[in-house]
Amino acid sequence: MEKGLIVRDLRVSVESKEILKGIDLTVEPGRVHALMGPNGSGKSTLSFALTGHPKYAITGGTATLDGTHLLALAPHERARAGLFLSFQYPAAIPGVSVANFLRTARTALRPDDVLPPAKFKKLVTEKMQLLGMETAMISRYVNDGFSGGEKKRLEMLQMAVFSPRYAILDETDSGLDVDALRAVGESVNAVRSANSETGLLVITHYPRILQYLHPDRVHVMMDGRIVKEGAADLAERIERDGYDPIREEVAGGVA
Amino acid sequence: MATELIKNDTTELFEEYKYGFHDEAKPAFSTGKGLTREIVAQISEMKNEPGWMTDFRLKSYEIFVSKPIPWWGDQKALGDIDFDDIQYYVRATDAVQQQDWDKVPDDVRKTFDKLGIPEAERKFLGGVSAQYDSEVVYHNIRKDLDNLGVFFCDMDTAVRDHPEIVKKYFGTVIPPGDNKFAALNSAVWSGGSFAWIPKGVKVDTPLQAYFRINSANMGQFERTLLITEENASMHYIEGCTAPKFSASSLHSAVVELIAMDGGSIRYTTIQNWYRNIFNLVTKRAKAYRNATVQWVDGNIGSRLTMKYPAIYLMGEGARGEVLSMAFGGSGQHQDAGAKVIHAAPNTTSIITNKSVSAHGGKTTYRGLVEVMPGAVGTKTRVKCDALIMDDVSASDTLPVMKINEQHSTVEHEASVSKVGEEQIFYAMSRGLSEDEAVGMIVNGFFDFFVKELPMEYAVELNRLVKMEMEGAVG
Repeated sequence: MEKGLIVRDLRVSVESKEILKGIDLTVEPGRVHALMGPNGSGKSTLSFALTGHPKYAITGGTATLDGTHLLALAPHERARAGLFLSFQYPAAIPGVSVANFLRTARTALRPDDVLPPAKFKKLVTEKMQLLGMETAMISRYVNDGFSGGEKKRLEMLQMAVFSPRYAILDETDSGLDVDALRAVGESVNAVRSANSETGLLVITHYPRILQYLHPDRVHVMMDGRIVKEGAADLAERIERDGYDPIREEVAGGVA
Repeated sequence: MATELIKNDTTELFEEYKYGFHDEAKPAFSTGKGLTREIVAQISEMKNEPGWMTDFRLKSYEIFVSKPIPWWGDQKALGDIDFDDIQYYVRATDAVQQQDWDKVPDDVRKTFDKLGIPEAERKFLGGVSAQYDSEVVYHNIRKDLDNLGVFFCDMDTAVRDHPEIVKKYFGTVIPPGDNKFAALNSAVWSGGSFAWIPKGVKVDTPLQAYFRINSANMGQFERTLLITEENASMHYIEGCTAPKFSASSLHSAVVELIAMDGGSIRYTTIQNWYRNIFNLVTKRAKAYRNATVQWVDGNIGSRLTMKYPAIYLMGEGARGEVLSMAFGGSGQHQDAGAKVIHAAPNTTSIITNKSVSAHGGKTTYRGLVEVMPGAVGTKTRVKCDALIMDDVSASDTLPVMKINEQHSTVEHEASVSKVGEEQIFYAMSRGLSEDEAVGMIVNGFFDFFVKELPMEYAVELNRLVKMEMEGAVG
């Protein structure tokens, strides 16, 4: 069995338009991978296609999670296999408390390790402290009336409570001011330190959040393809020069 | 043992319920199908009633015969009611009324065990009044209620034991001529609850009754009358569930509430009728000066429900609240709502209604708020939200506001929405199957209502909703 979240030649269409044109990507356990690219390059499509959103049609390729083939599974089966997505725009579920949601989801994700109420409460309280969150949030309705920053923190809390094998963080930095960004960045690190085996795929348009996350590997996506890969310094280069030099390089490479 | 089954695994209970359960309880006496003046007189005679009640029944029968079915509402479904094919009176057992649970006949007890009554009783009961078919067979009143001077019994007993109170109030809120089904109930009523709380007495523990239909083609026409005298208060709870049987069946209750000056009544019910039952219920309350009446009303199941709990705010400063939820599944139409009449100054009302339709079901919110001339300083707020689960289900909102007094505050908001694909995907990405995700979302939608229920009812309702939502989307 090959460890890792391994994507091979993945092709995805939305409403008959091909968005991903053959993606190859490997996320290793315990590593931070950054997926960068300009707007519209297909980054979010990759996250939805891997987690099984019904709007995204897979037209070719494979994706495996520690050897389990993901693409034939329903979204909840992929989640149970250990895949987590931190949504860019998480949906609100009015009337369902954060506590109820976390408990129901954790029970579904880990049927072999269902915690009694007291232990579950302890786990959630611990994780909230780890993330510097107010415990009052636990009785609010899921994402209902949450600020942008609160939504992202709740995604991080879920990641901490579920401890998935692989997590995709889709534009977790978008729409946040500098302070909220730092808080979220620190949250991710806190979760990482507690779940050292979790492999992370951090999708971002801007390199800002990478100041906090220190990626092991950087992948650059353009027009539905991974066009360049490198170490952390690649992100620094993008921060300094933008995407244009890479775009020219890719065009030049083809010629 | 059925009792153990409930205690240990309530899930199994509901799975069993899903297919309906039907015990072989042998009716000891029945009037046969159809209704005549003679049958009405016979019912009264069987019950050993005083002449004034016999007269009331016979007069009501004449009104029932002369009145047409309502011209509004679901005409197709209403037209399917065959009044000649219904049994109007069935007595389940000749056993006299029991105070002691152990002495209730076995087959009857088994049915109630499946409904979890002993469990419910142990947890928080003030008293149990359990109706089986048309007769109350089990009745237990806690001693301290007696000590407070509270009367809580079935309606038949009340006619016998408390004739002065019954005569004073019975049929005063909902007269037999109100509508065809109220007239029918007035003619053939049997069972139901009676509670009278004396001046200044506040009953903290909820009074409870359970109802259930268990005989094919048997109508259930319970009659409930609850009264709080000045500055008295009560909370009455009634849970309903019904087993499976094939022919259409009619449930037509009349519930009258009277809250005298400064009194308060909260009436909570969840009705879960089997899908072949016509549930045509008249519920109305009168609230006098500074009195409060609350209807908490949940409707699941039945083929057609028509129910609009009403509150007449008769005295200055009276308050009324109707909080209701409805779930319309396949072949079902929940036509429910609320009616509030502001007949006095400085009265307030709140109506909150949420409905879900799925599997081709239909929900209708039908509401009336009327402010009478001179009812200055009136405040009313109406909020109704409908959630539609699929393309074959439907929902209508029919709110009527008659405001005849300028110095009043009226708020109204309504929404109709479809269950969100993004919500479902979000929950599924957290490991919930599609059914579980939908169940969670719908339970969230009903949370405002569930919050108002005692714990056991809340758990039951959550389970029922989850069960009803299976395969709701897709």
